[in-house]
Amino acid sequence: MNASTEIIMPNVVLTCLQTDKFKTGSLSINLLTSLNAENASKNALIPYVLRRGTATLPDMAAISRKFDSLYGARIKPVIRKKGEIQTVGFFADFADDKFLPNGNNLLSEITGLLGEMLLMPNTHGGLLRREYVESEREKLIEKIRAGINNKRSYSMKRLFEQMCSMEDYSVGRFGSEQSAEVITPQSLTKHYHELIANSPVEIFYCGSSDPKLVKKIIRNVLSAMPRADEKPDLGTDIRMNSLEEKPRYFEDQLNVTQGKLAIGFRLGDCMLEPNTAAIKVFNAVYGGSVTSKLFMNVREKLSLCYFASSGVDLHKGIMAVSSGIEFDKYDSALNEILAQLDNVKEGNFDDFELTAAKSSVASDYRTIEDNPVTLEDYYLTQILIGPDCSPLELASLTEEVTKQQVIDIAKGVELDAIYFLRGPKEEQ
Amino acid sequence: MQTKKYENIGETLITERLDNGLTINIIPKPEYSKAFAMFTTNYGGADRRFKLGGEWLQTPAGVAHYLEHKMFDMPDGNALNVLSANGASPNAFTSSGQTSYYFESTTGFEDNFKTLLTFVSTPYFTVESVQKEQGIIGQEIRMVEDNPAFVVYNNLLRLLYANNPVRDSVAGTVESIAEITDKTLYHCHEVFYNPSNMTLVVVGNVDPKFVISAAKEILPKEPGEVPERDYGEAEAEFPTETFKSIQMEVSAPLFIIGSKFKPAPKGIERLRQVTIGKIALQMLLGRSSDFYTRLYAEGLLNSNFEYELDYTAGTAMILASGESRDVSSVKNELEKELENVSKNGMNTELFENAKKAFYGSELRILGSFSSLAQVVTEGALADYTPLDVYTEIEKITSDDVLNFIKENLTPKKLALSVVEPISKQA
Repeated sequence: MNASTEIIMPNVVLTCLQTDKFKTGSLSINLLTSLNAENASKNALIPYVLRRGTATLPDMAAISRKFDSLYGARIKPVIRKKGEIQTVGFFADFADDKFLPNGNNLLSEITGLLGEMLLMPNTHGGLLRREYVESEREKLIEKIRAGINNKRSYSMKRLFEQMCSMEDYSVGRFGSEQSAEVITPQSLTKHYHELIANSPVEIFYCGSSDPKLVKKIIRNVLSAMPRADEKPDLGTDIRMNSLEEKPRYFEDQLNVTQGKLAIGFRLGDCMLEPNTAAIKVFNAVYGGSVTSKLFMNVREKLSLCYFASSGVDLHKGIMAVSSGIEFDKYDSALNEILAQLDNVKEGNFDDFELTAAKSSVASDYRTIEDNPVTLEDYYLTQILIGPDCSPLELASLTEEVTKQQVIDIAKGVELDAIYFLRGPKEEQ
Repeated sequence: MQTKKYENIGETLITERLDNGLTINIIPKPEYSKAFAMFTTNYGGADRRFKLGGEWLQTPAGVAHYLEHKMFDMPDGNALNVLSANGASPNAFTSSGQTSYYFESTTGFEDNFKTLLTFVSTPYFTVESVQKEQGIIGQEIRMVEDNPAFVVYNNLLRLLYANNPVRDSVAGTVESIAEITDKTLYHCHEVFYNPSNMTLVVVGNVDPKFVISAAKEILPKEPGEVPERDYGEAEAEFPTETFKSIQMEVSAPLFIIGSKFKPAPKGIERLRQVTIGKIALQMLLGRSSDFYTRLYAEGLLNSNFEYELDYTAGTAMILASGESRDVSSVKNELEKELENVSKNGMNTELFENAKKAFYGSELRILGSFSSLAQVVTEGALADYTPLDVYTEIEKITSDDVLNFIKENLTPKKLALSVVEPISKQA
């Protein structure tokens, strides 16, 4: 499977992965824009409003019936936060023609629909329809509020909001309730036109069709898309050190039975010239795998929790640890989590731990090749921050990571902030 | 070894039944780099009272799940570590009706597969290791108690069923797991982890001959007794109660509307019922249905709305779940829709479209190894082959679909479980 990348229009890049491996084809179109508190909600709202109706398929029932007739094809809005870049767009997947009765050409049909959704919305008096904007705005607000329903991801969200309060990274991918509430059909329509004209566009196709044909179909569909001459400056500010000398502490109280501990770190020096494979291996040694220090000690040895794991965000240079614990185990869990990081810094991990971490990371990379959704996200990330190689190449780079590299990365890691989600006062 | 080619979908299914009673299903996918293996025992949280050697035995809630946690312990180490170190991503889950151990790997499949068969068939528990797990599982139970999606589901099961132990949490309670000892685990392993009560599914880049010979070599040679289970007295046709609401830290009310129905006999009849049921739900509640598009536009439903057919531990259910600011209106609207369908029938023009959409969504499953392994496992436990669904679709008529709805989805059969936000008092 080879990826081919080509600029097909000003600021429009098409990445094609031609393969017969999958029974479905996929096509995504992503507009890239900077993540900030002012615009995040407007950006996030746009694809949901566009999916409510187009010039020829005026409402959701018409669109959904069309999808049914195309053998259950789907087009879903996709909003991502990639560091301090927000990506806004659609992901379509559809059956490969060879498993359908003759005479179908789903790629062409779906691309046409996608283009229509993006460029020819159902408008009234030149504005996106009020009922669609208002109804989707309420749904967006509900979705932002619903963040509290999953306490683990909520605790991570609250950590980043406060740890990075001076950085755009604190903004969630859907923005905030406050910024969503003030959106009107007028303000959204204006923003929609700006977004369409100014955003760099990343298109990704994975399936059995010839890239030349894919390019032709897409160029045809997007021919009317306005394109600004200048390329906006997009990127993420990476803070190398913790904000204050001592780690900051934040907490919330909710009516829950289990506490959630979320700890944020800056990856530090390794972000100067990030070695993706080595940072991932470091994370797997520390807390990103079932053979990691956190899993083996905080869970298996001390039975303090059901989960304790770490994850890294290479766009921003941040690592976060998350664990669910009894309220009164706060000190013992925190101490153990930090002590295990010190162990990695001091090189207190054996060959087995290193090898297991490397195999786990390498396997994760190889698996990416077996799924169009993960492939799409991999290549989108690659375009933004690299590295310039396929998942399989990255898997083999992983095998070369040394113990010293892991130690060096760990040594640069700094604790920045601690967040604890506690239960009601009387239960403590 | 029996090989069946499905030209229509480009798949091959290899089936083997060993002398020890184990069924093995293999779907080779040489074009992929990974392989996925799932080893399942027909034993879940609801299998608490069973008959062995003529005697009925009762076990505490949560044994199947506890056993799942402890099976990874081996005399010479931990299978999770061995598999991970060899490049596999292993995991396991327990539901009301099954416990499955699985891994995915891109290298070293043969060693990983042998490890899977070995650890699942080798019980090794000590008093200390069983004791220590109580802390971990206790925290898992706590985590789940704070999970509104779990709570709303569990409460629904308690509305629908009076006797069947599916109404209790699969993991048990902090109190019930305190009764579990190493002896309980050894005993339940012996009863339920015999090959006659198990099924093995492998999907991906593998050599089928290796899979079969490794299973023959590693697993016990003799068939075992498939224990008879007691799920309590026969359930009534209608729910025990029809409404339950509790308050939790959520942003908006979450709901599940459910209805129980009689599962069709195992075999092709079951597959037919599953297919009809899924098409019926798609027409009634799917993204293009009148019900969904209308309630979505009115702001009563959002895109979290989902529906499914669920078969487990001798039960069958229809579930529709989502979030709504006005749950009782959603239920009213659904009841009106059901009455309308039973009086006026369904729009048959939409029927052909629904079949097409269903075909496409079933095709998608073939690309997800874990989903495919799970549906093949469910099929194996209910004596059908899910890959037959692609031809079975063609045999379904719009009357089949209408009858399914009339029989199984009348307003009187519905129960509603809700988790509401905590009312804040000034």
